Amino acid sequence: MQKRSEILKTYKLFIGGQFPRSESGHYFQVFSPKTKKPVANVARGSRKDLRDAVTAARKALPSWSAKTAYNRGQILYRMAEVLENRKEELIVEMVKMTGCLHKKAEKEVTTCIDRLVWYAGWADKYQQIFGTVNPVAAPYFNFTLPEPVGVVGIIVSDEWPLVPLVSKLAPALVAGNTLVLIASEKYPLSAITFAEIIATSDVPAGVVNILTGIKKEMIGHLAKHMDVNSINYTGSDVSVLKMLQEEGSANVKRVIAHDYPKGEEWLNNAKAQSPYWIHSFVEMKTTWHPIGI
Amino acid sequence: MTTLEKKVTRLEVVEPKQLNFGKKWDYAPAPEATDFVKIKPRYELFIGGKFVKPKSGNYFKSINPATEEVLTEVAEANEADVDAAVRAARNAYEKYWSKLAPAERAKYIFRIARQLQEKGREFAILETMDGGKPIKEARDGDIPLSVAHFFYYAGWADKLEYAFPGRKCRPLGVAGQVIPWNFPLLMAAWKLAPALACGNTVVLKPAETTPLTALHLAQIIQEADLPPGVVNIVTGFGKTGAALVKHPDINKIAFTGSTEVGKGIMKSIAGTGKKMTLELGGKAANIIFEDAPMDQAIEGIINGIYFNQGHVCCAGSRLFVQESVKDIVIRKLYDRIQTLRVGNPLDKNTDVGAINSREQLGKIKELVESGVQEGCKLHQSACELPKKGFWFPPTFFTGVAQSNRIAQEEIFGPVLSVLTFRTPEEAVEKANNTAYGLSAGVWTDKGSKIFKISSKLKAGVIWANTYNKFDPTSPFGGYKESGFGREGGLHGLLPYVKLVR
Repeated sequence: MQKRSEILKTYKLFIGGQFPRSESGHYFQVFSPKTKKPVANVARGSRKDLRDAVTAARKALPSWSAKTAYNRGQILYRMAEVLENRKEELIVEMVKMTGCLHKKAEKEVTTCIDRLVWYAGWADKYQQIFGTVNPVAAPYFNFTLPEPVGVVGIIVSDEWPLVPLVSKLAPALVAGNTLVLIASEKYPLSAITFAEIIATSDVPAGVVNILTGIKKEMIGHLAKHMDVNSINYTGSDVSVLKMLQEEGSANVKRVIAHDYPKGEEWLNNAKAQSPYWIHSFVEMKTTWHPIGI
Repeated sequence: MTTLEKKVTRLEVVEPKQLNFGKKWDYAPAPEATDFVKIKPRYELFIGGKFVKPKSGNYFKSINPATEEVLTEVAEANEADVDAAVRAARNAYEKYWSKLAPAERAKYIFRIARQLQEKGREFAILETMDGGKPIKEARDGDIPLSVAHFFYYAGWADKLEYAFPGRKCRPLGVAGQVIPWNFPLLMAAWKLAPALACGNTVVLKPAETTPLTALHLAQIIQEADLPPGVVNIVTGFGKTGAALVKHPDINKIAFTGSTEVGKGIMKSIAGTGKKMTLELGGKAANIIFEDAPMDQAIEGIINGIYFNQGHVCCAGSRLFVQESVKDIVIRKLYDRIQTLRVGNPLDKNTDVGAINSREQLGKIKELVESGVQEGCKLHQSACELPKKGFWFPPTFFTGVAQSNRIAQEEIFGPVLSVLTFRTPEEAVEKANNTAYGLSAGVWTDKGSKIFKISSKLKAGVIWANTYNKFDPTSPFGGYKESGFGREGGLHGLLPYVKLVR
């Protein structure tokens, strides 16, 4: 019997709830480390795609940030449910893309599922941990509460196919931000498959936008974009950090940079998940209200 | 318009209520005595616990902006001086301050607080002479708030383990702090108190037009026997600040000042890994709804923009009035600015003092001129201004469009832009239509409306039915281009610590 030839999927971008090809028309290929043959075509995001993603994120911000904390938690939990359901698909894809063992891929995906559940639970609690009522020396009721910082750009670490993306997406999302993620350049497939999960998990269109492509071609534009409030970078490349802060100064972006977690630490809950990561995606608002008759 | 409608237009109703007391309610002069305040003829840098001559050999003059008299001359620190200060701070950090028991650290800060409290009046007079602000504001605002700030953070020094659940606090090292001229001592307190409480040592750079209270604070720090080098104060201009910011042995930069300079700082230290907080400019919206307690709101608007001559980053410089009450609000505002007493800052009855510097006065005049050029209607107090010194009368503009420069740019003077809105949604939309996001005010008697509007305003501090209130327990800081990081309260500790498990 003749060997059946496989259908190779084209992985497209995720912008505003849609899966468009790159406006540039460009793509790149991901190769199997074992067979050295192409596994898939991936859209090579451009400056225009990035701008579209920011527009979509800005548009989605008011309604997403106005959702109740309970509702945001429910939606994160839904993402975990759908991911659990489709985990085999992601595992198989990871094995194909990275050449790793099934067991390792499974560990990564289940960590992601558990991490989503963990952050889902934080949705209506971090405000109580990080907010304060302030005993001012005058007749005012004064309190401080975290609010979303706004449109957040996340430069996802290349170390793993999925866990760095989920580990940054979840705290940013649960805090009420809308996101533009620049996926791992090395392992872009899992990011887009995960986008399909997001698209079917009650996450409103535009709340999460994922771009694949050559990072160097996009992060400069992300840093310069005047409608991005904050950039989150995981890595230790000083030239990247320098560029982000230099360009980001144009609109006083909050540039949050961490040179951790690294390697196996991504799977370690003590190292790769924290309510303080939610804290890094919020602004504090203080309100004074008079007390009197 | 029908005759009936004409009869009830608001203007006709308020006309008879116009305030006009003529000279009947004039106050006798009530100047604060200055004779017991000793201003030295010359001030040196405060480095390593000693007052030292600057290596630069240069001194610059500090003047009283209300009289243009030279008060004293002050050392100008160059790069070598800044380097000496940073070394002293590093040495103090390694040798004493980071090793000191937190409870002992607390006691030093308590000492500063108490000493400052004791010398409060002297500091108030100095602040007014050096900066031009009314003595009543320095006396009742700047100084007691500075004291309270030291008291508040002194108490935190040995309680940091309770501040951040699941984490311990570690100091960062040496903090470089650059502060503005609008609240010289208060900004020094906002910077020093949390930095010291968290175990850092400091090099502080006061503004060139207002270095005096910081240097007198240095005397208190010396008297309080703080280990030498824990606090160092280097005076000078922008160049001195830049040298401090760029110094390689600084771990943390805290800056309060203009957005333009803040952006420059962010750029200049990009990639260095220095921790940074910026408290920058603002163009705050003060929103007044038709159901607001009107007289209280007018007082709040006046306080919001004319407090400290409008030299306030969180000044309510854009007033949004609901159209239905526009006429009455403008009328009352106009009446009220006529009664503001502008003049000698040392007079206890003065409401609006001197503009801080000739340069700042020039900026204000330039922007006001742009408002006139762009077709906005100018309303000013008819007050008489002193012949000498730098002065600008309380001013507001009507007929302002959102795109006008006076509605977009920070004026940092006693100039208000009045705009209107019809619906709450429109008010929010217009209020947020700025690159800044430091503060905002909401005036309405309906509590639920306050919370609805305040939750939609993109600003770090919201005052409901009040304005320009400050407290050491209350975090302060901006959204968007007004900077990042918070000063005050529990949140004010975070910029000065590393969190570890």
